[in-house]
Amino acid sequence: MRYLPKSPTERQQMLAAIGAKSIEELFSSIPERYRLHEALKLSGPFSEAEVIQYFKERAAENSVGYTSFLGAGVYNHLRSVITDTILQRGEFLTSYTPYQAEISQGTLQAIFEFQTLMCQLTGQEVANASMYDGSTATTEAVLMAERLTGRRRILIARSVHPEYRDVLKTYAKNSGLQVEEVGYAADGTLDATALRAVLKDDVAAVVVQSPNFFGAIEPVAALADIAHVPGALLIVAITEGVSLGALRPPAEADIVAMEGQSFGLPPSYGGPFAGVIASRDKFVRQMPGRLAGQTTDSEGRSGFVLTLATREQHIRREKATSNICTNQALCALAVTVHLTLLGKEGLREMAHQNLSKARFALAELEKIPGVRRAFSAPFFNEFTVELPRSVKLVNAQLMREKIVGPYVLGTAYPELTKHALVCVTETTTRSEIERFATALRRVLEQPL
Amino acid sequence: MTDRIKKASRHTNQNEGLIFEKSSPGKRAFELPPLDVPAVDPAKALGANHRREGVDGFPEVSEIEVLRHFTRLSTWNYAIDLGMYPLGSCTMKYNPRVNEFVARLDGIATEHPYQPQDLSQGCFKILRLLEQCLLEITGMDAVTLQPAAGAQGELTGLLLIRAYHEKKGAPRKKVLIPDSAHGTNPATAVIAGYEVENIKSESHGQIDVEKLRDQVTPDVAALMITNPSTLGIFEQNIPRIAEILHAKGALLYMDGANMNALAGVTRPGDFGVDVMHLNLHKTFSTPHGGGGPGAGPVAMKKFLEPFRPVPILVEKEGGRLTLETVRPDSIGRVKAFSGNFGVLVRALAYILAYGPGVRQATEDAVLNANYIRKHLEGVFDLPYSLPSMHEVVFSDALQKKNAVNTMDIAKRLIDYGFHPYTTAFPLIVPGALMIEPTESESKEECDLFIDAMKSIAAEAATTPELVKTAPHTTRVRRLDEVAAARKPVLRWKPSAKSNTAD
Repeated sequence: MRYLPKSPTERQQMLAAIGAKSIEELFSSIPERYRLHEALKLSGPFSEAEVIQYFKERAAENSVGYTSFLGAGVYNHLRSVITDTILQRGEFLTSYTPYQAEISQGTLQAIFEFQTLMCQLTGQEVANASMYDGSTATTEAVLMAERLTGRRRILIARSVHPEYRDVLKTYAKNSGLQVEEVGYAADGTLDATALRAVLKDDVAAVVVQSPNFFGAIEPVAALADIAHVPGALLIVAITEGVSLGALRPPAEADIVAMEGQSFGLPPSYGGPFAGVIASRDKFVRQMPGRLAGQTTDSEGRSGFVLTLATREQHIRREKATSNICTNQALCALAVTVHLTLLGKEGLREMAHQNLSKARFALAELEKIPGVRRAFSAPFFNEFTVELPRSVKLVNAQLMREKIVGPYVLGTAYPELTKHALVCVTETTTRSEIERFATALRRVLEQPL
Repeated sequence: MTDRIKKASRHTNQNEGLIFEKSSPGKRAFELPPLDVPAVDPAKALGANHRREGVDGFPEVSEIEVLRHFTRLSTWNYAIDLGMYPLGSCTMKYNPRVNEFVARLDGIATEHPYQPQDLSQGCFKILRLLEQCLLEITGMDAVTLQPAAGAQGELTGLLLIRAYHEKKGAPRKKVLIPDSAHGTNPATAVIAGYEVENIKSESHGQIDVEKLRDQVTPDVAALMITNPSTLGIFEQNIPRIAEILHAKGALLYMDGANMNALAGVTRPGDFGVDVMHLNLHKTFSTPHGGGGPGAGPVAMKKFLEPFRPVPILVEKEGGRLTLETVRPDSIGRVKAFSGNFGVLVRALAYILAYGPGVRQATEDAVLNANYIRKHLEGVFDLPYSLPSMHEVVFSDALQKKNAVNTMDIAKRLIDYGFHPYTTAFPLIVPGALMIEPTESESKEECDLFIDAMKSIAAEAATTPELVKTAPHTTRVRRLDEVAAARKPVLRWKPSAKSNTAD
């Protein structure tokens, strides 16, 4: 087997050195009747060429050749080959969690730079070294708010990503948290009147997403003011990080839970991505996840270590702030490299291209009879349109034209079956937008 | 000193500051294709309230500076690609590059989780085949690939157990956890809404079966066991342990972190385990990447299947696969979308390369651990003498006499060109040296490691200061962790002079 570096003779030499007659002897502590005496029924072994062939065949059964208008928490953005070049350096790819700081300074400094970039983006003071993804980061932010306030009621906007809300419910069920949803207003943002009606001094956190799941940008500063009156914290979830290249950061939020996928990570059918929690300095000791900090060595040289580990499970066990151990370090590195490449100007330009393309797409779609913009709040690169018929049926017809249509909001919102969430990024060309608009017009002109 | 160190020699490496310090306005490393639609005015599009000019402090550097920056940083890391990484309990094995290649293919990396299911059959087949392989390897009946890492797998497993008990009337109150367990076990039990009751190991480091009989009350939901234990020893009484639990209606959870000792040799499903997680970033070689990403699939017996987290992969007539999101008894969703799909792809590529040959990998892993044990026994104290599987745990008791502890030895190992073993874990061994070579090490590399450990043991006796002040050859010496925690500096901030514009 090509991955195993031993010859049969070496195996015999090693067995002899141990004083064992056979390899079987080394497994004698496993009761005989539980030892397998037949080979596992697994296909293979396969050569490298065969492995590649298998996956190429599977890839061909997927969506290659289609143009997509899907976003809804996973976005297509330009990536540089530099990012993958760095990620595939063995010193990053095949190293462990940097507990041994002296031979992990590369990873540690990169984490420190990641934490800095996340603070700069979100307008927060401190950011951790990553969570699994945006959904679990949002849930962990809620658990953090519970610890900080000692309260157990959570108000979450219905316009937060449906799967993020589902994950929160799974975790909350056994943590004694009471999760209540707050509806959306006519313009697509959180219904502030409804929020005020249920916001009492037993609420730990108000959770919103911005831009929210309908694409609407939430008035974060105003919501923070509302939440803070009875002493609740404001948690802002962000699924589309590129928006922060054009949007005011949610600096008034107490905790930001962000998905970093937009920054250099491919959609990869939903993972691995990079969640992050950013917050205020004064809350850092209740933050979950790893943190890298700057310090000095015994000779006064600057260096980095994992720090504040007394929050973590390997030290605190059942009293830890979270059970997270393995995180998404390599994905966080991808985010770091990608954002460093983009830089200030690249991110700004990318964000502005998204703004321009999405508005062009909306204008093209609005020309089609019966298609109208559903919500009036400002948006970034996703917007909701109402169609004269079910989005599901429309999408089935678009597929024939090699177009993966917009997200069907009816999947998660029964009242919105005719509503489509359209996403257009800098990767969508003008001609693709025009082809989509033409195809949609044709579909809608056909009788039902 | 240097002639004793065979594996490594010093060489120059590059200094490199923080990327923010290299920044100079006007430089850029990324150019976009020209905008092909009319440009909108952001202030008009968003409204003045929502608009931002640019991210303050973001780096402005060129492409070569970015490439050099991260390449330089990378050279400061140790890695499996450089040599043996004997971290006990972490299974740092070779990460085959074909796995990276296939995970990046068009049609794999490019796929969107909300694309139509008819355009996702390739993804579904990958998930299906991986499920089947993991069921065959574990001997279990059903599996979920959703959890993002081992700790989330543990949580998923305990939530399955909780849902099962609830369905039978009450969730029960407690989870039993041995004192040798990973810290994630107790931390997870709390999130699942359980009280943790620690159980003490008996003198051989195994579970005390007689005591367990008394501890399993009707309040106990489950026992979380790691097998082989964190001492690298197979828990021989596991079938009896399972019987005791089952007699009281409690379940047996197995932490599969040490599955690299078992794959192809024995199956947890056959020896009484009800539910377990696997760490694909350990046993199945997906790269650890400096701390993640991982994947923590959970395999279970038939009776737990109805509680699996959504989405669930289902086969329809004609072999068409579909993901279902509605299940009445499901514990719900533990992560958005379909697990860490890209990690699952890599794990399947690994399993396909081996096929039934995974057994050979297991055998070589156990062979390496025992070979190292044989050569270091007597040089280092072996607190538990039962047979070792894939890892061996020594203690620093012999070196302590010269005030040299496990951390010192670990740091000295760095000078010898190795990554340290796991220090000070498991907690039941004071001053533990936990060594897991994995199957990826040749006899030659194992011999170098043994030589290094013997040499350090000699130094500990003759020149203890040399060991206690190690490492001597790294870019930085031991770092002040106390200061780091007391006055945390967790981000870069512009200094006053470069910050005049703000």
